[in-house]
Amino acid sequence: MPRVLILFAHPALEKSRAHARFIQHVPPRDDLTFHDLYEAYPTFDIDVRREQHLLIDHEIVVLQCPFFWYSTPALVKQWEDLVLEHGWAYGSQGKALVGKSLLCLLTAGGGAAAYTHEGYNRFTIRELLAPLEQTTRLCNMRFLPPYVVHGTHRLNEVELDTEAQRYRLLLDALCDGRIDLSGADQYATFNAALDTLAQEVLR
Amino acid sequence: MSQEFLLQAFVYLVAAVLAVPIAKRFGLGSVLGYLIAGVVIGPFVLGLIGSEGEDVLHVAEFGVVLMLFVVGLELEPALLWRLRTSIVGLGGLQVLATSALLMAGGLAFGLPWQAALAVGLTLSLSSTAIVLQVLNEKGLMKTAGGQGAFSVLLFQDIAVIPMLAIFPLLAVAPASAATDDHAATTLVASLPAWAQTLAVLGAVAAIVLAGRFLVRPALGVIARTRLHELFTATALLIVIGIALLMSQVGLSPALGTFLAGVVLANSEYRHELESDIDPFKGLLLGLFFLSVGASVDFGLIFAQPLLIGGLVLAIMAVKFVVLLLLARVFRFGFDQSMLLAFALPQVGEFAFVLFSFANQEGVLGPEITSPLVAVVALSMALTPLLLQLNERVIQPRLGTTEAARTPDQIDEQAPVLIVGFGGFGSTVGRLLKANNVATVVLDNDSDRVDLLRRLGLRVYYGDATRHDLLAVAGAAKARLLVIALDSPEHTLELVQIARKHFPELVVLARAFDWDDAHDLQEAGVQYVYRQSLDTSLRLGTDALRLLGFRGYQATRAAQTFLRHEEESLRELAKQRSDRTVYLSAARERIEDLEHLLRADLEDSNEMRDLGWDAESLREEVRRSQLANNRAVAD
Repeated sequence: MPRVLILFAHPALEKSRAHARFIQHVPPRDDLTFHDLYEAYPTFDIDVRREQHLLIDHEIVVLQCPFFWYSTPALVKQWEDLVLEHGWAYGSQGKALVGKSLLCLLTAGGGAAAYTHEGYNRFTIRELLAPLEQTTRLCNMRFLPPYVVHGTHRLNEVELDTEAQRYRLLLDALCDGRIDLSGADQYATFNAALDTLAQEVLR
Repeated sequence: MSQEFLLQAFVYLVAAVLAVPIAKRFGLGSVLGYLIAGVVIGPFVLGLIGSEGEDVLHVAEFGVVLMLFVVGLELEPALLWRLRTSIVGLGGLQVLATSALLMAGGLAFGLPWQAALAVGLTLSLSSTAIVLQVLNEKGLMKTAGGQGAFSVLLFQDIAVIPMLAIFPLLAVAPASAATDDHAATTLVASLPAWAQTLAVLGAVAAIVLAGRFLVRPALGVIARTRLHELFTATALLIVIGIALLMSQVGLSPALGTFLAGVVLANSEYRHELESDIDPFKGLLLGLFFLSVGASVDFGLIFAQPLLIGGLVLAIMAVKFVVLLLLARVFRFGFDQSMLLAFALPQVGEFAFVLFSFANQEGVLGPEITSPLVAVVALSMALTPLLLQLNERVIQPRLGTTEAARTPDQIDEQAPVLIVGFGGFGSTVGRLLKANNVATVVLDNDSDRVDLLRRLGLRVYYGDATRHDLLAVAGAAKARLLVIALDSPEHTLELVQIARKHFPELVVLARAFDWDDAHDLQEAGVQYVYRQSLDTSLRLGTDALRLLGFRGYQATRAAQTFLRHEEESLRELAKQRSDRTVYLSAARERIEDLEHLLRADLEDSNEMRDLGWDAESLREEVRRSQLANNRAVAD
């Protein structure tokens, strides 16, 4: 069974609605590690060795953050810069992350329709994540289609609760290996992969 | 000192020391423990104390005076103002309605209307001493019901004054000669009525003005002598002085000291005064409860058990019903109304005073007051039991919905206690205040406290290494204790006291060098801050920048150094505990410094921030180019 590491990055959790709700639904299990980056490194002083050990100890990395300026919050970039060292994560000697998977779990204020070629934001989220996708590939990891919760500003309490339940379902499914990661690329988003799983369960 | 006095003190103290812990063990509270102990040593069981119990009761009433002073200290004028409706409305109606009903009862017993009125008024009062002590012990003072009970008691204490004034007018028999302390002629007794009123008003004004403009500066002078016992003496002097003044103008001493307490509640010496008076208050109140227990006249009770028992039941039932109805009218929740009604149905200690006064003035004869005094004592003894009943049987059935809805709205507890408010502590305090975190500050530099208070900060004077002072400053309920004292010795002392008496409190301590940082860690403090560390690193960072380092490079260097420093200190601590040879302190410092410098040298060889370092990448590119070239060349 894969071990799952949640790298959580939110610079202002106290102002968050969606993520604050979600992380209360992280299932308490031994094969799941929740790691709050802004809480651990408020001065951006990242402990590189510790982060590398965490990566080695897990097979699936879930990068959970809000989608800021079509990208991640700043600390995630600092984390990439410092933790993914040449000769460790990539390069001819860098094989530490071979075979692991990265899933981006994002919240976006805009609706799903805005992230289409015809829409307001002109690109899909997957396209906007291209730098991260290529970083993942360069580090010999599998990049999974992103899991996106759209329109978070408009979600009411009931809808937020529904999303939080799906979040929990997703994490449990990942830990239990119930989603076929190698076939995940057929889906545009990981939400679709989870929906398929849910339908199978119902059947 | 006479042998007899010592013997009596011995008997009282043994009774208290034995009975109170036993009562507390059985969950009965200290008041009931004292009362039972009083009964046991009283004339009807062991007979260790006899008629002198009456005199002791008068001495012990001073405990009530001290208690109201402390109550006043805890009650800032703003809070008193917020309680005004319940004091005047709830308290006033309670006295009126209860007096009227009990007066009707008196008339039914065939008393003349004057006597019935006197009895009704007297019995409408409740016991401040017992109720406040029990509610405090149960932590119920800050609940709506507790505040309501307090308001009623406060009104009753005020109501005693007009009662004493009208009793002489109700006399049906000629006044007997003054035999009791309480009838001691006052300075103003011989004056005409208008002058008496003027004297009363003048005394009240004197207390308020002196509290504001005389006592506070005087306390400042005393505090600067740094003689703790002198401060205690001053605190007692204030209370006794006011009590004397009040009885001279014919007011209740308790009311006067309460007023003084309220005036001083805003002062920086509030916590210090409170913790100084507290032990005296506790002892005298204990003595008071003991004497009440001892004064229960079992001879009279056994002679007319039905009459006495019936009276106790009837009086308490009337008071209970009136309180319950009024509490509902004043929109208390049902559970809080029950608390209020169960707290106040007894007759208070003022009844002893008023009955003996009524005897002298010829309002009531001893044939009426003697059984009533027994009734009063019994009703007081029943109070802790009634509150137990309420807590164990009644409240669990009601649920605590009310308490959950209004969590301590008047509770001004701060989550952070800051000790020491010099440059270090004040910066911490300002940061917290800027982020709306309430703090209570203790500092033992009275000049600084004066200054800071003039700037409108909530700073209190006091030596925080006294655990009683920590307690009144709210250490039991605070979450964090920030120690920013100027000396490592005091810091360590305070840490030990805090860990002993308030183990729940998280301690954040200022340290000076790694030497005492180490001591603090050994004492169990998890959060230790060397005061010079961050500053010197900031200076070092700027020095690097002035020498041409890039800003972020210098900052990263300092961040890395800080982390390295912490590791080295952990290592050093281990090394020090392994060290078997005794070294002088100075020698030890040099050895430690040597250790740190060596660690720095070893560490500087290690590459940092490799992610931003393209050297290995360049190397790899060169190698693959070489291979390519070779392949091409082949």
